[in-house]
Amino acid sequence: MKQFFSFVKKEFYHIFRDRRTMFILLGMPIVQIVIFGFALTNEVKDSKFAVLDLAKDANSASLIQELDASRYFDLQSNLTSYADIEKEFRKGSIKLAIVIPQNFANDISHLNKAQVQVIADASDPNVASTLTNYANTIILDYQDRLLQGKKLPYTIETQTRMLYNPQLKGAYNFVPGVMAMVLLLVCTMMTAITIVREKELGTMEIMLVSPLQPLKIVVAKAVPYLLLSMVNIISILLLSVFVLDVPIQGNIVLLFAESILFTLVALALGLLISSAAASQQTAMFIALVGMFLPTVMFSGFMFPVENMPKPLQVISNIVPAKWYFNIVRSVMIKGVGFAAVWKETLILTGMLLFFLGMAIKNFKIRLA
Amino acid sequence: MQHNKAITVENLTKRFGNFTAVDAISFEVDKGEIFGFLGANGAGKTTAMRMLCGLSLPTAGKATVAGFDVFKQNEEIKRNIGYMSQKFSLYEDLTVKENIRFYGGIYGKSNAFIKEKTGYLLQHLHLEKEANVLVKELPLGWKQKLAFSVAIFHEPEIVFLDEPTGGVDPVTRREFWNMIYEAASNGITVFVTTHYMDEAEYCNRVSIMVDGKIEALDTPTGLKQTYHASSMDDVFVQLARKAVRSDG
Repeated sequence: MKQFFSFVKKEFYHIFRDRRTMFILLGMPIVQIVIFGFALTNEVKDSKFAVLDLAKDANSASLIQELDASRYFDLQSNLTSYADIEKEFRKGSIKLAIVIPQNFANDISHLNKAQVQVIADASDPNVASTLTNYANTIILDYQDRLLQGKKLPYTIETQTRMLYNPQLKGAYNFVPGVMAMVLLLVCTMMTAITIVREKELGTMEIMLVSPLQPLKIVVAKAVPYLLLSMVNIISILLLSVFVLDVPIQGNIVLLFAESILFTLVALALGLLISSAAASQQTAMFIALVGMFLPTVMFSGFMFPVENMPKPLQVISNIVPAKWYFNIVRSVMIKGVGFAAVWKETLILTGMLLFFLGMAIKNFKIRLA
Repeated sequence: MQHNKAITVENLTKRFGNFTAVDAISFEVDKGEIFGFLGANGAGKTTAMRMLCGLSLPTAGKATVAGFDVFKQNEEIKRNIGYMSQKFSLYEDLTVKENIRFYGGIYGKSNAFIKEKTGYLLQHLHLEKEANVLVKELPLGWKQKLAFSVAIFHEPEIVFLDEPTGGVDPVTRREFWNMIYEAASNGITVFVTTHYMDEAEYCNRVSIMVDGKIEALDTPTGLKQTYHASSMDDVFVQLARKAVRSDG
């Protein structure tokens, strides 16, 4: 045991003496939470829109007023012709245009049927559909208010409730995503690099000649990163609760246990990479391209997996982060218990055993 | 275990596929001897040494190190040998003291042993003032001497030195060899590979490997007589010229 602790202590010296590594390890989670929380938000706020108001009556004016007053839209300009709409879109000064036809008020009160045209810049399709949805909702609200209790003969009213995240905050999605990314980066990349560095320096040979068993070397390498990851999990959770107002609905112990499971998977992957890579650059490259990109793309954190073509959906299943992301989202945001995430847990455990087995096997081969 | 020889090797062979890196070599090393293990690049020195250190499993043959079988008693061998590789083997971002403590620790030495021996060692190497300096701040010669001291810190029976003096100036090399003599006089067997023929002269006995086989094994004086050479350099060149394998 003394041998083992000497090694762990040495690893901590390595980490604490290298400021850059320290920053990556402990600063990155904070930086990522801040970036995702305040800069890279996919919520739509204060989008500029323009109006071509051909009616210029009381109703059109109050509808425009409604849109402008909402926090999603900001009136940029009043246009005078259809040609202007195209011009404004090309300039990029607006995201949405509303056309209110002549006789708007008249149509409402006498025909019971008026039309409003909503034109969106669909060069960014996600934003366009979000904006048209918001606009539709505001227009429908306005209509309801006009009716004021007068029931139409037949109407189906949909009442939508956004469960678990009523305000549709982006943070609910990216906090689990950032956790997956940070743990993967810290554990997989750093462990791989630190082992390969010893190979590069020649100190690994010395270790292998020493009576310290290879398995102990590997575990001792991994322990500091496991501890640091736990610090990171805590700091991410604190930031998300107190700065981003994302509550932890579920059992925090379960959340922590699942995080440790995922950390172990990431560590095993790091060990596996280290046995394949000959230089620190290679290790870093494999970790970034092989782990980081798939995590961003296939975990469902940036792009919904359900919308992907079938083959990519199949591929997404081998990305550990996808399962962890699901677990965190379920436990943290939805507040469900172990019964709801046992399948994901089982899959991660299977992956852990597989990667660890491979890593240990490869580590031994180098000794023969 | 009782044993008179530090190392015994009999027809030790290592094949990588069709390539025979080490071809049935046999030799013995006495306790307390300084044994020079010479050969051109690619002659198979490092492979042979790696087998004796337990880093590589032999394909065939027999060998014992410190009385233990290289096939079966790997762990016992590791506990009884020290090793210093051609690559610099201390941690640059650790201080002198931390490096010593770390190596003492992984060999399972007690804190009291480590503390006492560290004090003695620092004094001996005149590094007391540098005890808390990061190793990367030290000049190369000092690093090499420190690395050697660390390799024998746990008082092994045998120490394997793989080209320990590469890139070191002649004065420091001389000092380094004084340390080797001192270790040998304390009963530690020294098994050393080198490219410097003047260093070969310092050894008690020297073996020269060519193409995976040991072509010559004798005292430096004996070898010079056999090959009618004035220096070990001559002996080496005569033997190495026979090599079929190219460098690498």
